[in-house]
Amino acid sequence: MRIPCPYCGERDAQEFTYRGDAAPVRPQGDAGFFDYVYLRDNPAGPIAEHWYHAQGCRGWLVVERNTRTHEILGARLAGECAR
Amino acid sequence: MRLGNHWTGAVARFSIFSLTRHALSGHRRWERTWRDATPREGYDIVIIGGGGHGLATAYYLARVHGIRRVAVLEKGWIGGGNAGRNTTIVRANYMLPGNQAFYEWSMKLWERLEQELNYNVMVSQRGVLNLYHSDAQRDFFARRGNSMLLHGAGAELLDRDAVRKIAPFLDFEQERFPIQGGLYHRRGGTARHDAVVWGYARAASALGVDVIQHCEVTGFMRDASGAAIGVETSRGAIRAGKVGISVAGSSSLLAARAGLRLPIESHVLQAFVTEGLKPVLPGVINFGAGHFYISQSDKGGLVFGGGLDGYNSYAQRGNLPVVEDVCESGMAIMPMIGRARLLRSWGGINDMTMDGSPIIDTTPVPGLYLNAGWCYGGFKGTPAAGSCFAHLLATDTAHEVARGYRLDRFATGHMIDEKGNGAQPNLQ
Repeated sequence: MRIPCPYCGERDAQEFTYRGDAAPVRPQGDAGFFDYVYLRDNPAGPIAEHWYHAQGCRGWLVVERNTRTHEILGARLAGECAR
Repeated sequence: MRLGNHWTGAVARFSIFSLTRHALSGHRRWERTWRDATPREGYDIVIIGGGGHGLATAYYLARVHGIRRVAVLEKGWIGGGNAGRNTTIVRANYMLPGNQAFYEWSMKLWERLEQELNYNVMVSQRGVLNLYHSDAQRDFFARRGNSMLLHGAGAELLDRDAVRKIAPFLDFEQERFPIQGGLYHRRGGTARHDAVVWGYARAASALGVDVIQHCEVTGFMRDASGAAIGVETSRGAIRAGKVGISVAGSSSLLAARAGLRLPIESHVLQAFVTEGLKPVLPGVINFGAGHFYISQSDKGGLVFGGGLDGYNSYAQRGNLPVVEDVCESGMAIMPMIGRARLLRSWGGINDMTMDGSPIIDTTPVPGLYLNAGWCYGGFKGTPAAGSCFAHLLATDTAHEVARGYRLDRFATGHMIDEKGNGAQPNLQ
C-alpha cells in the first residue's frame, strides 16, 4: 500500500504507523466513553483511519482506505479534518 | 445409498475391516461422509457458520445435550473459510485465569477426538517449543509454565543444551537474539484442519444435524419484543428457537445486522508453506524475539507464519512487508529454510478483540448467542469452543471453563489481556 501524504507525496505504508478507525470521537463526559474506547463498526469497505507519518513529516493523517481491497482512496491532514 | 433429508441413522464406522473391505472393492463403494442437507422450515437451534467451531457446536448439542433439531448454515462450503486458512497448531500454553483452563479443556478434547468422532483428524502431539532469548523472557516463561502445570497442561523449562538436543539446526550462535532456552509443551502439536471439519460434520450429520452449504444469512427475524426467532438466508427464511453466531472474521458484519456493535476489529494474518521436504522439524517452534513460528505438515511442507499485517482488513490477503519480516525472522533463527522454495502464501481474516481473548456469551438480543473474537486462537480452540458454545446454547449458562469469555467484560473491566494485538482501543 502507498499512501499519498499531503506533505511528502506518495509514500510506502511502511513509513507510517497505523492508529485505527478515525470515526470514534472522544466524548466530553462519561457517557459514551465505553463505546469510544472499545466498540467499532469494523466496516468491510471504505473506512477513514488515522495513520502517523513517523518516518516522514511526522504528521497525523486521515486516510480513506477500502478494507476489502486495500485500495487507498485519499489522505488529508488530521488537523484539517478536525476544523 | 441415497441419503434423505431426515435420515438420522448411524454412518458406517471406519475400522481396519471397513478399510480392507473398501480396498478390495477398489474404493468405489464409499458412501458420502455427511448429508448435504436442504433447509427445513425451522429448527430448535440454528448455528451460523460451518467452520470447525460451528460444526463442533452442532455436534456437541446433539451428542451431549440431546438437541438434534439443529442446522449449521454455511455461506460457502464447509471448511472453506478460516478452517482452511489456519496453521493447524494445537496447544494449551496460555497463562491467565480464564484462558488456560479453557485451552487445557480443548487439549483434552483433542486428545480423544479421533475416538470420539471415529474419524482420523491426525492429531499429532509432536510438541511446541517457545524459545526465549533473554533473562526476563526466561522468567516470564517460567511463570507461564507454572500456570500450565497448575492446570495440568504440562510444561518444561529447557536450557540451551536441552533445546539443542531437540532442534540442533537452530542458529544458536546468532549474536542479536542468542537462544537461551525454551518452554516446551509436549502435549501440543498439530492436527489436520480439513479432517477436523469433515469429522465433526460427519458425526453431527449422523446424529441428525442438517449441515447446509451455500446458504448465506442475510438478516435476522425478530419478534415484537426484539428477540431473534430465525434467520433470513439466501435460501429462504428459517425459523429457530435460538440462533448462534460462529463466524469469526466476519462477526462484526453479521452482528451489525442484529443491531450490535462488537469490541472487535478484523485483521489479516498471513501464512506460508514451502514445497514438501523430508522430515526436518521435530515439532512446532516459536521464535521468541521476532514474528515467526513454524511446523512441518505430514505432507512435508514447512508451514510458517508471523504477526498480523496490522491494519483492518477483509481482503484475505496481506502485503509484502510482512512477508519480508516473517522470512527475515525465519532466517534469523533457522537459516536452513533459506534453501526451501515457497509454495504458496495466503491470508485469513481474524476477529481481533480489544483484549486478545475470545467471546462466548449471550447478547443483548434475546435468542441470539455469540461465539466470536478468536484472534489467533480459533483452530486450537475448536473442540472447546464447540463444547462451551453448545453448553451455553443448551443451558443458557456459561460452561465452567468459558466463564471469563463474557461480552460485557470490556464494560466491567474484567479483561483477559493475555496477548492483545492488532485492535486499537482508544485507551489514552
